[in-house]
Amino acid sequence: MSSLAQKKGFGATVWDYLTTVDHKKIAILYLMSGGFFFLLGGLEALIIRIQLAVPNSDFISAGLYNEVLTMHGTTMIFLAAMPLIFAFMNAVVPLQIGARDVAFPFVNSLGFWLFFFGGVFLNLSWFMGGAPDAGWTSYASLSIASEGHGIDFYVLGLQIAGAGTLIGGINFLVTIINMRAPGMTYMRMPLFTWTAFVTSALILFAFPALTVGLFLMMFDRMFGSNFFDVANGGNTIIWEHFFWIFGHPEVYILVLPAFGIFSEIIPHFSRKRLFGYSSMVFATVLIGFLGFMVWAHHMFTVGLGPIANAIFAVATMAIAVPTGIKIFNWLLTMWGGSMKFTTPMLYAVAFIPSFVAGGVTGIMLASAAADYQFHDTYFVVAHFHYVIVGGVVFALLAGTHYYWPKMFGTMLNDFLGKISFWLFFIGFHLTFFIQHFLGLMGMPRRIWKFLPGQGFETGNLVSSIGAGFMGAAVIILVFNIIMTQVKGVKVGNDPWGDGRTIEWAIPSPPPFYNFKQTPLIRGLDAYWLEKMEGKNGLTPAEPIGDIHMPNNSILPLVISFGLFVAAFGAMYRPDGEAWALPVLVIGLLITLGSMFLRSVIDDHGYHIHKEDLMDDDKGGKA
Amino acid sequence: MHAEEKFTPKTWPASPEKATLEGKNKFMGFWFFLGGETVLFGSLFATYLALKNKVPSDSHALTTDIFDLPLSFVATMLLLTSSLTSVYAMYHMKNYNFQRMQAWLLITVLLGAGFLGLEIYEFNHYVHEYGHTFTSSAFGSAFYALVGFHGGHVAFGLLWIISLMLRNAKRGLNLYNAPKFYLASLYWHFIDVVWVFIFTVVYLMGMVG
Repeated sequence: MSSLAQKKGFGATVWDYLTTVDHKKIAILYLMSGGFFFLLGGLEALIIRIQLAVPNSDFISAGLYNEVLTMHGTTMIFLAAMPLIFAFMNAVVPLQIGARDVAFPFVNSLGFWLFFFGGVFLNLSWFMGGAPDAGWTSYASLSIASEGHGIDFYVLGLQIAGAGTLIGGINFLVTIINMRAPGMTYMRMPLFTWTAFVTSALILFAFPALTVGLFLMMFDRMFGSNFFDVANGGNTIIWEHFFWIFGHPEVYILVLPAFGIFSEIIPHFSRKRLFGYSSMVFATVLIGFLGFMVWAHHMFTVGLGPIANAIFAVATMAIAVPTGIKIFNWLLTMWGGSMKFTTPMLYAVAFIPSFVAGGVTGIMLASAAADYQFHDTYFVVAHFHYVIVGGVVFALLAGTHYYWPKMFGTMLNDFLGKISFWLFFIGFHLTFFIQHFLGLMGMPRRIWKFLPGQGFETGNLVSSIGAGFMGAAVIILVFNIIMTQVKGVKVGNDPWGDGRTIEWAIPSPPPFYNFKQTPLIRGLDAYWLEKMEGKNGLTPAEPIGDIHMPNNSILPLVISFGLFVAAFGAMYRPDGEAWALPVLVIGLLITLGSMFLRSVIDDHGYHIHKEDLMDDDKGGKA
Repeated sequence: MHAEEKFTPKTWPASPEKATLEGKNKFMGFWFFLGGETVLFGSLFATYLALKNKVPSDSHALTTDIFDLPLSFVATMLLLTSSLTSVYAMYHMKNYNFQRMQAWLLITVLLGAGFLGLEIYEFNHYVHEYGHTFTSSAFGSAFYALVGFHGGHVAFGLLWIISLMLRNAKRGLNLYNAPKFYLASLYWHFIDVVWVFIFTVVYLMGMVG
């Protein structure tokens, strides 16, 4: 059927991606922009490590160091890790539950474009008078006093990107509740879908706290209010609470899908079902719940008092229990399995000890009394890089290799993948393991330079060399991706062999309507079940019929662009620029006007007809 | 059932807002959205309670000085009544009586606009009588942030309901626009519930100091 599978020109392809509401294309957009920001954040990390490689270094100035440090953290969390998580959620979750798309395809696209314009806005600060420089936490006592527009870029950029994340979370909650195929009960959902579900719930309840914090900061910096101005009755601790009420769930927002990716990879390459599936689900939900009860462990030294500190310390340590359940379940899944050490599996196996190391230092930091010693030292830096890199980044790299064939229909080179894995794994431990000791020896975090003769030289040099290894690993990964796409060797439905969940039963990449017939889910690991009964594909739950599809739309991009424009107006208005207020108003009018258009123009979608589906048996090319 | 299908009062489904998959998704997604909004307003309430009466000097007005209970009582009654009239509108929507639904929505909008008018008068009064502004103190910032966010929601809700009424004035009800009306009324109820808390926490608790 030619209209479904025709070749398009370059312009038409670009227009298609700008207006797409297809979850698989939005996944690719998230992957590309998240990957770009990951490279940018990595570059900033390398600049930090070059500066700190030797004592008394003058590679960059103190002010620039603060900007690079702030942007490294902010970029990696908000603009790299979050969108890459969303890339895999978009690519995989609808396929895993047997859906043809997400519940709100339009909102899905809007979420991406809000993130994209927020990220671009934040990074324009480099070219427009300086980046934010108050750390990724941007504590009010520091950021209110920061001169120039750096913090304004932070506040407005994150506000726009955060709105996108919030609606993305709502979208996945509804998708997973309402769009599951017949037979896909909650306790038959693959674990990645479960973690995406819990993560979406965390996003829904955590991000509004950040929204309010950012609003208050915006009002204080741009509209003359006094929330954080102590002289006028304000209180800077309010920011710290809001930031961490958001910020602590945020680390679980990131790490739960990482657990989910590993919970798919480990059974796949052990040829065994996941050990303790129901306890894994239980642990995921419990971690999500406890994740909201522990934010003040970031604030032990603020002076909330011994009672508050003790409660938050105990709650924090309690999270080790469900996390421990997960670790043992992964180990017991591998136990006695017939293991294949592909690149994703190498990352999964390396993740377990690396993440446990980060968990153990987490318990140390949770002891409120001891935290007074660890606080603001490199020990903390080592801890959170062990959980974020050893947990989240390992999962994202593993997921990139694992899901690449499903997203693009080609297979990344496993040999290059393994080289890149070993460089990254060795480099990671070289960089961060020694930082525990630097911290315990008293090296404070966020310092621009250290002096010779205090015993910090060797540790910092080793750490910087490790960073170089990680940089090399990422370059090889990029090379691998380019070579794979240039060669363009197409692969089949289940390229890794042994696929268990239903996304491996359909073509790679899937046709734009995903499932020609909605599948009937007959148990956990539905595709494996069918294979064990000697069948080639899934059991259909319906006869072939017309499929309803959503229309593409440019409005999500326009809505997001309006906020991007308005942000410039809001930022320059306090400088007394005459053009600023009109720009603010025009930007908001663009956004509200396109929302109005969305409301009043009927959008019923369209139908793919049964006859076209019958002809489209090689539909993967669409 | 189909989004563009034509109906009579007899064939109209019992829960038209949830009769299509799209409607079901919107219904559930909007409840989740309101969950997020609850956290948003919860954070603003927390900020207000932390900064209530926090002023730089004795010359600044406090809660006991500025609030006028009769005024906020009338505003409360207007908004509570508008919530009731939006329920009547939804009752007629479920009975496929488009004209009556529009009439009750119009009354809802008028009551909401009355509330907004009183709020604008109130803010204007505080600014000119007491010098109590967004920038005068942390208390002022927190007060206008909380009550102003609510007022902004009311304004957005009014625009939303008016747009829906005008857009569908000529074509009546179908399963495509029934969820839209229903969500707007859910949003309106939510605004009303938030106001009940504002009336209690800000005005009543403010009167006792």
